[in-house]
Amino acid sequence: MSSLATSESAEQAPSLPGQLRSNPSRKRPSGTGRPNASQSCPRRTRDNLNGWGFAAPFLAFFLVFLVWPLLYGVYMSLTGKSLTGANDSLIGLANYAEALADADMWHSLGNTLYFTVISTVPLVLVALVMAALVNVGLPAQWLWRLSYFAPYLLASTVVSLFFSWMYNPQLGLINDSLAKIGLPKVAWLNDPNVAMWAIVIATLWWTVGFNFLLYLAAMQNIPAQHYEAASLDGAGAWRQFFSITLPQLTPTTVMIVLLQILASLKIFDQVYQMTAGGPAGSTRPVVQYIFETGFTGYRLGYSAAISYIFFGLIVAVSVMQFFITRRRSA
Amino acid sequence: MATQTLTRPALRGTSATHLRQPRKKMTAGRAAVLAVAAILAVLWLIPFAWATVTAFKSETDAAAPKVSWIPPSGFTADAFIKVFQDGNIPLWTWNSLYTSAAITAITLAISALVAYALSRIDFRGKKVLMTVIIASIIIPPPVLIIPLFYQMVALHMIDTSWAIILPQVIHPAMVFVLKKFFDQIPRELEEAAVMDGASRMRIFTQIVLPLSRPILAAVAIFVFIGAWNNFLWPFISTNDGSILTLPVGLQTIKSAYGIQYAQNMASALLAALPLILVFLFFQRQIIKGVATTGLAGT
Repeated sequence: MSSLATSESAEQAPSLPGQLRSNPSRKRPSGTGRPNASQSCPRRTRDNLNGWGFAAPFLAFFLVFLVWPLLYGVYMSLTGKSLTGANDSLIGLANYAEALADADMWHSLGNTLYFTVISTVPLVLVALVMAALVNVGLPAQWLWRLSYFAPYLLASTVVSLFFSWMYNPQLGLINDSLAKIGLPKVAWLNDPNVAMWAIVIATLWWTVGFNFLLYLAAMQNIPAQHYEAASLDGAGAWRQFFSITLPQLTPTTVMIVLLQILASLKIFDQVYQMTAGGPAGSTRPVVQYIFETGFTGYRLGYSAAISYIFFGLIVAVSVMQFFITRRRSA
Repeated sequence: MATQTLTRPALRGTSATHLRQPRKKMTAGRAAVLAVAAILAVLWLIPFAWATVTAFKSETDAAAPKVSWIPPSGFTADAFIKVFQDGNIPLWTWNSLYTSAAITAITLAISALVAYALSRIDFRGKKVLMTVIIASIIIPPPVLIIPLFYQMVALHMIDTSWAIILPQVIHPAMVFVLKKFFDQIPRELEEAAVMDGASRMRIFTQIVLPLSRPILAAVAIFVFIGAWNNFLWPFISTNDGSILTLPVGLQTIKSAYGIQYAQNMASALLAALPLILVFLFFQRQIIKGVATTGLAGT
């Protein structure tokens, strides 16, 4: 609503032409000649009104459901606010100090980073391999796209139900297959050393199709002449892939890696649904820790503080992304 | 013309692929490519296949210690019948459908309006507005759950569909995608209408929007899939069984049905079915849409 106020003040502009023109960046109309000036003023007013008018519905939602909670969260993080309503008073940075000394916070943050590292590599590499295979011009294009991309359309809960069932230690398909080829059974979701990898496998199956599509789109935009010239020079398929396709894809790869890192850092759904963070907290990501301190532990203020520590991490990665992509495009 | 501009970052049809690489004989190399692609496809389809087989088993066969693709006592639709009799899945599907549709409609309307202003109208404060919207792309939704929950409690919206819908309609990245598309529409098309004294709103609805159908569809697809599958926020903001969305409802099934594996899988498949069906019918549009909007970020 405050945004509308600015447009209203601009509406009074016609009665104050001098003041209006004092804005240096807006000299254009007055420079072109006096006769136009009387016309251009109402036009400018109309533009201001229209501009903020068109922006108003989005702005209303934006301010109420994004900006306000973001700012209010900062305030909450400085209080002892709890769901039981106990302590509403400001306690300064005490929540942040406590969080930084909280071993559980660091452990969950470590789990999130660990997941991000070990999931990003296969999620990018397998997507690249899939796209390269399909891009060779295999028959039945729709079949490959359907198989690789379809899981991306599933809700996390569906994926978790599928994989919890396949990971079942006694009755599960995976252990049964392992036993058939003479390998030992694995306690997939119940072994602290394996559980995170089990989550990564499920995540790979679920979301690799998205990266696959981005790679495929980029590959199909590589000009055909590049390949024609190379094959005239006698370069084989492998050679063409490594000396034409891969270099041409570098900007896409950078974008996919960065988007994947940002997506992986937000890991929560699959873990919460498949292991609930266990066994022994070995898979609990930081978003789940935020959720638990807020809604199970009722400590909203403390939970908000951890949210902003997590936010700081995301901002750092995003700023990195901004500079990397800007340097590339410059 | 508008469709042409859209295909720039998106997928071209399969025909282009064939043009580029003239049809080759089935060499050893191509056979190997086909084999690897097929192995990956099989691996990627197995979870669907195994869930389907399990869902059509009796509970006894599903929980049998001997894993079988063909159950000893034959296939049965009992699990599906039980799930339907419970009535939750149809209800949750409806809840997901109307909340996702509302989110998509509101997102499209408010994003297209502000994107048009940013693209075409020269108003004071535009640069600031643009910067703020772009900067907000980096805000991760999990950061907002605590204050947003508190806010929803204050607004008495917890356990209503409003709590699910309203916070999900802000997609700054999509505003940017739309703005970039509007930027490419030639201004001359609008100038005649401006001369005739048409209002901005008329120009927007009668000239710009019809030309923007492909990008509007792409944004709608992206937003709808996201809303349909969103778990964290609906999970936090709703408890009441009658307004749960599918992803959240399924989470409660897991504990309710416990070790009834056939019913678990039947529920999961029923939940997956709507989007998979839509995908089968609109494969090209969906793939194009995701590829167009995908790199803009989530």
